[in-house]
Amino acid sequence: MTATLIIARHVLQESVRRRVFAVVLLLTVLFLALFVLASVKAFGAPSQFQIGPQNLIGPTQLTAATSVTLLSLGAFASLFLATVLAVFLTLGAIRGDAERGLLQPLVVRPLGRRELLLGRFAGAAAVCIVYIVGLYAAVLLIVHQTGGHWPDHIVGPGLALVAAITILVAMSLLGSVFLSATANGIAMFMLYGAGLVAGLLASIGATLGTQTVLTIAHDIEIALPFEGFYSAALHALGSNQTGFARVIVNIGPFGSSNAGSTAFDFWGVFYLAVIAVVATVGFERRDL
Amino acid sequence: MDANTEIAPTALAEPAPVPEPPALAATGLGKRYGSVVALEGVSLTVAPGELVGLVGANGAGKSTLVKIACGLVRPTAGTVTICGAPAASREARRQLGYLAELFRFPGWSTASEILALHQRLAGSSGGQSERDELLELVGLSDVAGRRVEGMSKGMQQRLGIAQALVGEPKLLLLDEPTSALDPAGRRAIRALLLELRDRGIAVLINSHLLGELERVCDRVAILAHGKVVADGRPHELTQSGGVEIQTGTGTRRFPDAGREDIPRIVAGLVADGVDIYEVSVVRSTLEDAYLQVVGPE
Repeated sequence: MTATLIIARHVLQESVRRRVFAVVLLLTVLFLALFVLASVKAFGAPSQFQIGPQNLIGPTQLTAATSVTLLSLGAFASLFLATVLAVFLTLGAIRGDAERGLLQPLVVRPLGRRELLLGRFAGAAAVCIVYIVGLYAAVLLIVHQTGGHWPDHIVGPGLALVAAITILVAMSLLGSVFLSATANGIAMFMLYGAGLVAGLLASIGATLGTQTVLTIAHDIEIALPFEGFYSAALHALGSNQTGFARVIVNIGPFGSSNAGSTAFDFWGVFYLAVIAVVATVGFERRDL
Repeated sequence: MDANTEIAPTALAEPAPVPEPPALAATGLGKRYGSVVALEGVSLTVAPGELVGLVGANGAGKSTLVKIACGLVRPTAGTVTICGAPAASREARRQLGYLAELFRFPGWSTASEILALHQRLAGSSGGQSERDELLELVGLSDVAGRRVEGMSKGMQQRLGIAQALVGEPKLLLLDEPTSALDPAGRRAIRALLLELRDRGIAVLINSHLLGELERVCDRVAILAHGKVVADGRPHELTQSGGVEIQTGTGTRRFPDAGREDIPRIVAGLVADGVDIYEVSVVRSTLEDAYLQVVGPE
């Protein structure tokens, strides 16, 4: 077994056996229970969600809009909870663990620092990907069971969420090389918040047709590509909406005009590669 | 060449064995942290199977030296080799075991799991028997399945030593290994160090407990302000303080006398009718030598 796989396995064990995992699982169960309740209520009385004159959206469209809103809410929650997990798994992976004396016994073993970093990334990313895919699948099932609706695109949004959480894991691991655990945790949630704000800006800019706002949002998405993948997931989940229902979805907090692109996918890969290089060089130059 | 020509005996002799490289060899080692000089021109050798103590005040550079040898810290000058391989290389790290001054193991893992992880990382094929032997060696056999978070600091320290011994290292670097141990634990570690030396494992040990080093080390190096200011066998570093004789009328001191002078002095005193109850050779301790070289700081 290579050193990378040994470390990844160690991270997987750590993820499952630390108390933080139990807390995340508890929060997840709580979220899913509330989500079931919200879905039952929403589909039970969709007219309560009527916005504007009755004749603008028909009952079918209204049900579809309700489904999309719930799915988007589910995607948001999935990414948020997975981000919490990702940050807690990685915020102190390098500098924090070095300060606590956890890292030194491992680093002196005959494995490269690059392999150790890669192993930590692989382990944390695997846990977070399994988690977000599981949560996303649960959200899809709940909406289907309560509202009888499947989105037109299932795999695409799921992959976009996987890409988003993978980038967030890499960003948090990079931060752990240079920042203390507390500083890294704070920085990660601020960046996550900045990404969400960019998404909202993009929705507002697209609805109002304001190019400047769209440009700002686009620039932030380039700098924080997890947001680009997340908004592409939202866009794909709501792609079957038409007419006034589409407008309602788009101007809501979960609207998105970002359809994603192959070029952006490549940017995401390149972004991960840059993070890998910077983190590796930073780690190899660090005295422990 | 004629078939009958005798071949010179030297040509038939087996080649002379290649001398084993030192377990640790530091040459002109320097380390700066900004404007702070942690090490300057340090040269130190630990021979295979040798037990060497490293002493010095806080901030003298002891831990920095050990960390450079482990590859945790990069030197700004000089070189270190471990069993002939450059420090920080994989080959060097295959040869060493390390116990950090401040270390911790994950609280969620058990003693046995920690050793298993380090076995995998070190490429050790010792398996369960090696884990059992190491836990037995440090007196933790009964708690192999206990989580680290349920262990005392002393138990964790002993687990740290067991971890450092995974993979049969040729050089053991111990940074304050007895700091969290009670007197019984310290005695056990002293016995362990002597056993390791018997097994041919070289040990470089940092400690403030000079009395312990004096008892077990083959050699002691004293570091002050990043430099080696004294290096030698404990009895070479300490000095004779003369001879003390307890007589019926009190203690008599002979400050310039040595062990070889005792029979003559005792004979003279007895001839003078003095009752003698005890004779001892007085030597300065390693602590005295240390304070003499380093100063009280």
